[in-house]
Amino acid sequence: MQRIIKNTDTMVEDMLSGFLKAHKEIVAGGSHSRVVKSVHMEPDKVGVVTGGGSGHKPAFIGYVGRNLCDAAAVGEIFSSPTAPAFLNAFEEADRGKGVACLYGNYSGDNMNVKMAVKMAKKLGIEVRTVVANDDVASAPKDQKEKRRGVAGEIFMWKIGGAKAAQGGNLDDVVQAAEKAVGRTRSIGIGLSPCTLPSVGHPNFKIEEGTMEVGIGHHGEPGIEVLPLEDAAQMAKRMTDIILPDYPFTAGDEVAVLVSGLGATPVMELYILYDEIVKELQQKGIRIYKSYVGNYFTSLEMTGATLSVMKLDDELKQLLDYPAESVGLKQF
Amino acid sequence: MEYIRNKNGWPILMAMVRAIQENKTYLGEIDGLIGDGDHGANMNKGFSLFASGLHEDEISFSDGLNELGMVLLNEIGGSMGPIYGTIFMEMGEQAEALDKITLNDFRNMLEAGLDGLKEIVEAQPGDKTLIDTLSPAVCSLRDSAGKQTSFGEALELMELAAGEGKDATKDMTARFGRSSRLGERSRGVLDAGAVSCFIILQAMAEAMVRLLES
Repeated sequence: MQRIIKNTDTMVEDMLSGFLKAHKEIVAGGSHSRVVKSVHMEPDKVGVVTGGGSGHKPAFIGYVGRNLCDAAAVGEIFSSPTAPAFLNAFEEADRGKGVACLYGNYSGDNMNVKMAVKMAKKLGIEVRTVVANDDVASAPKDQKEKRRGVAGEIFMWKIGGAKAAQGGNLDDVVQAAEKAVGRTRSIGIGLSPCTLPSVGHPNFKIEEGTMEVGIGHHGEPGIEVLPLEDAAQMAKRMTDIILPDYPFTAGDEVAVLVSGLGATPVMELYILYDEIVKELQQKGIRIYKSYVGNYFTSLEMTGATLSVMKLDDELKQLLDYPAESVGLKQF
Repeated sequence: MEYIRNKNGWPILMAMVRAIQENKTYLGEIDGLIGDGDHGANMNKGFSLFASGLHEDEISFSDGLNELGMVLLNEIGGSMGPIYGTIFMEMGEQAEALDKITLNDFRNMLEAGLDGLKEIVEAQPGDKTLIDTLSPAVCSLRDSAGKQTSFGEALELMELAAGEGKDATKDMTARFGRSSRLGERSRGVLDAGAVSCFIILQAMAEAMVRLLES
């Protein structure tokens, strides 16, 4: 393992310690050691919370900041945060107007959030949840409730965070976040696997010269394994899967997010993005705003995800609203 | 009538801890086949934390289960924190007023654990989860209690039923949790949660047999 490690058992603590020191103008630690909160806690606002396993930097804590998430619960690598961590994130974010917990669809997160919401209720904190399920490859469309949340979660946080910042009540924030999720579709392609430092070897394989279409953020197998393709073919394959699923059609305006999975050079993400633009143009779909970079990664996996969100006037305005976090800055 | 004294929890709890510690690598390997390979490390971390927090060698079975459940729920997270946390806390709560634990009491404890679990997960028997180990174990205890089987024999039968349930997950297709995303590709491999549940029940049963009194 060619990795930077102090101790494989304390990777998350060690990372958090560095993260909080590096970004103290944006984030601070919560009273629970596995919670990160924004230093910009405007009063009188609906709280926005997220959380998830570690290893996806800048997700999840990288989206805590001004006009984005107010707090995030931090789990072990690829493992849900505990219920007490989610509870503390709710407490840190709550300003008496309720909390919207915006997270991804994984069984561990579902259980811990469910328990934390119950505990919060006893403390008089109202929490509503929105569960992202943008990954088209993880289940057929008729079982949409089984789909995982992937990089499309960033749109959910951006939209929900902006709605809360603009004074929306809990209903408004939940509706806006649901709208963002409902209009977003994602797909990933994996080119090489990742290794949990505590395990020491990859627990899945992607053979040299092949690619896994539809791979999940933890190496969950995708739809099919194919011979490695070039950027244009990959872009066509990705758009061919997600565009008909929503469906996105000629005349639509969309936001596009291309994220690396961790170890793919950012240069290659732009090569892929350029081909995606061609595919969308050909279909008459207009790109309003784009994000290209390592927005939601999976340790040192190589590959990329594509997320597309269909916009309307409300979503455009919320997307354009200023925000400042480690993972996303918009002025 | 056979029983174990609730106050003699220490050897049972330590047998459970040891079983998990000894099987850390094995559980990680099974999990790595269709999951992300951290099940052994996570379980070991939780059970070891629990053991290191105990200062005396005397703790009641019910208090110990409660404490173990709290540690798993509060420190482990993932899926296993809430799942095992709920099972052990429900079991502990069910027994907290008891001095002597009979077969019928133990049946109620394990049943409470299973019922509590059903409140937080939607998995059903046959979905390739630890419910496929736990549910037959509860059924077996219920059967034995109905037939007035001795406590010792009932524990052996429970271990057998749990083992058969665990083995049956090999031919199942995962329909819940991370491995469910694999569909048919999850067939042919044991479910790691079903295996850890068996290992725990086996350690529990074998330690309890040695503590039986009448």
